[in-house]
Amino acid sequence: MGRYVLRRLVQMVPVFIGATLLIFLMVNVMGDPVAGLCGERQCDAATTARLKQEFGLDRPVWQQYLTYMGNVFTGDFGTAFNGQPVTELMATAFPVTARLTLVAILFEIVVGVTLGVVTGMRRGRPVDTGVLLGTLVVISVPTFVTGLLLQLLLGVEWGWIKPSVSLDAGFGELIVPGLVLASVSLAYVTRLTRTSLAENRRADYVRTAVAKGLPHHRVVTRHLLRNSLIPVVTFIGADIGFLMGGAIVTERIFNIHGVGYQLYQGILRQNTQTVVGFVTVLVLVFLVTNLLVDLLYAVLDPRIRYA
Amino acid sequence: MRGATHARWAVCAVAAALLATACGGGGSGGDGSAVLTSSWGDPQNPLEPANTNEVQGGKVLDMIFRGLKRYDPETAQAQNMLAQSIETPDSQNFTITLKDGWTFSNGEKVTARSFVDAWNYGASLRNGQKAAEFFKYIDGYDRVHPRTGTQTADTLSGLNVVDDRTFTVRLSQKFSSFPDTLGYAVFSPLPRAFFDDHEAWLKKPVGNGPYTIASYTRGAQMNLVRWDAYPGTDKARNGGVTLKVYTDPNTAYTDLLAGNLDLTDDVPAAQLKNAPGDLGGRYLNQPAGIIQTIAFPYYDKEWGRPGMDKVRKGLSMAIDRDRITATIYQRTRVPATDWTSPVLGIKGGDSKGLCGEWCTYDPARAKELIQQGGGLPGGQVRITYNADAGSHKQWVDAVCNSINNVLGDERACVGSPIGTFADYRDKTTKQKLSGPFRAGWQMDYPLIQNFLQPLYYTDAPSNDGKWSNEEFDRLVDRANAETDPAKAVALFQQAEEVVRDDMAAIPLWYQNGTGGYGERLSGVKLNPFSVPVYTDIKVG
Repeated sequence: MGRYVLRRLVQMVPVFIGATLLIFLMVNVMGDPVAGLCGERQCDAATTARLKQEFGLDRPVWQQYLTYMGNVFTGDFGTAFNGQPVTELMATAFPVTARLTLVAILFEIVVGVTLGVVTGMRRGRPVDTGVLLGTLVVISVPTFVTGLLLQLLLGVEWGWIKPSVSLDAGFGELIVPGLVLASVSLAYVTRLTRTSLAENRRADYVRTAVAKGLPHHRVVTRHLLRNSLIPVVTFIGADIGFLMGGAIVTERIFNIHGVGYQLYQGILRQNTQTVVGFVTVLVLVFLVTNLLVDLLYAVLDPRIRYA
Repeated sequence: MRGATHARWAVCAVAAALLATACGGGGSGGDGSAVLTSSWGDPQNPLEPANTNEVQGGKVLDMIFRGLKRYDPETAQAQNMLAQSIETPDSQNFTITLKDGWTFSNGEKVTARSFVDAWNYGASLRNGQKAAEFFKYIDGYDRVHPRTGTQTADTLSGLNVVDDRTFTVRLSQKFSSFPDTLGYAVFSPLPRAFFDDHEAWLKKPVGNGPYTIASYTRGAQMNLVRWDAYPGTDKARNGGVTLKVYTDPNTAYTDLLAGNLDLTDDVPAAQLKNAPGDLGGRYLNQPAGIIQTIAFPYYDKEWGRPGMDKVRKGLSMAIDRDRITATIYQRTRVPATDWTSPVLGIKGGDSKGLCGEWCTYDPARAKELIQQGGGLPGGQVRITYNADAGSHKQWVDAVCNSINNVLGDERACVGSPIGTFADYRDKTTKQKLSGPFRAGWQMDYPLIQNFLQPLYYTDAPSNDGKWSNEEFDRLVDRANAETDPAKAVALFQQAEEVVRDDMAAIPLWYQNGTGGYGERLSGVKLNPFSVPVYTDIKVG
């Protein structure tokens, strides 16, 4: 187990370097960021040179990358164009998005798994068909439509919520945005749980458990669900990274100043430091959650053992 | 590990909660003390007077600073603010005397040195200020801010402090409208605190205007409160303004409708149609000093060849400005008939109708002119624009559609989008475009000079198409040297005729400022820079 974890951690290093290098090159290919800083007016040559030197843009890309990575390991993620250290931006953005992601994941787990169990146990009944239809609608409608619609109905028409989330972005305010962010994944979790459950219901061990005379709820929770949740856990684990990075649309609609907003601003202004910094952290989140998911397998299914 | 993360969340949540109560607890109810909320965009650069070249940062500077002059929110005329007098015998040497009794909000007196220090700081290359360009007329600029290499002086030799309330300015060339440029925020005075602890000042800027900054969360929100000891006549009629950064103008608009926001000065294009119905009399649509044009790459062999002016004029006549401004923009743009803006007023050089027939939709004549000029280079024009902001795609498509209809050729004109503004600017400034491109211009100060010189003078900083005309340059030089303002304006108008005769750029439309406000507010209007006149707004 220990060796497995170590091997996985070592494997992360090339993935991490590759991913950051790719992002670094991509942002660099987009052109000269200083050109946009002076508005419709061209910065004079001297100011441009001065700014490039300040942001380290006057050196070759490979050198910029090496310096950047060197700084990252000392905890210095550089400075955004508005003079703010990127770490400061992260300190404000990541907690907000983490909270939003948490709300979304909770929705996925609680609502998604529950619906999945309900439909999986009642295959072909009206409940099953109804929920299936519902998930189909949710999957086919783009997030921004759901978001804007909910914002308009709940925020403007009925006045139940505020259309925009305030600066502190408490959990209460994040319920609706979290639901919107979770919606598509939630539908997938429902379907995944349902199928997996329906499949395992006919398995030998379930029949054995029933034959032993175990109470129904114990058969379902301890035997059936535990085995059926393996693919669901994989999905939700991978989804944590997706949700954090993919919150751009939801955060924009509800005016949430999180990771999505900072990334969007960074890309618009071609701010290498912001974009690479945020993506670096997202890559780390991705790698770590993936590792955790893999380790969780062993807990759920003792047959899976890592040497 | 997990525990640590949780702890950090908790700390952040508590800090945010404390901040909210500290900021939100202000007075309410009574007329003069109520605070209003207004939409804001995250300023691109650090908030320093000479480092701010966009509207969002400028909005704040206009609230916390007052300079030598101020542009009247109604008429756009430059009027003395801190300046007692600005005198010149020759349009090159100026003696500036300050009014007595002005202080910064931290109690420090505003003296001649506050200005001279600020201008020296702004011009100095070492400080990398993005609007340093505006000090270029002051003598010694080339040593403080050389075009290349390192600077050889720290201060502008043209600036001289005479006494506490007087300083002199020597320019490197005659520039008659120089005093009228001094209302621009770049020329604001700075307190000693700015130089003593720059980092702290940036976190919470201190100025001499009607508002002071109570708290500032960068990238998110700024709380401004009325400064009661403000010595000026334009005291704030409300208790303060809370500027909230919106990630999307659509959300700001939705918040306004839900009563969660008091004022927005950016109605998104998609909502322009609904805004009058949604807001009734609380919808603003006022002229602003912004013009949209299509510029051409004169460095390109094809576009730079003699006789092409016929093609440019033909293209201009092929654009149905009336229809586009009505359908896409719901009359928040006005078809342009010259290269300046109506906010200048007739005295200031607004030359309504100067473009004449060339800016009038005439399909038959348009087609004829384009053919006479040798047709479109390569049989097609591609209009380049940045797709990340505004409604550029919509109007470019509409303009192309109009041109295609006139020429009876579906492929005569196509739009060519570039992803981001920065990339777009990169390509335009490096002369990488081979076809026409969008060129919007928002005035820095309401002078006809500002609409012509930066855009059409040889090698000027915004002359991205590299248009060059000796006659135009000569007329601009003469106008700048002219001491009589009326004569100077007349000369600029002559220069504008040169622009017209060559159709250096196609004027499209003047852009209005738009906005909307909630029922709590009254006395809301936009100034000629399309920024709300915050001091005049009454709450409740």
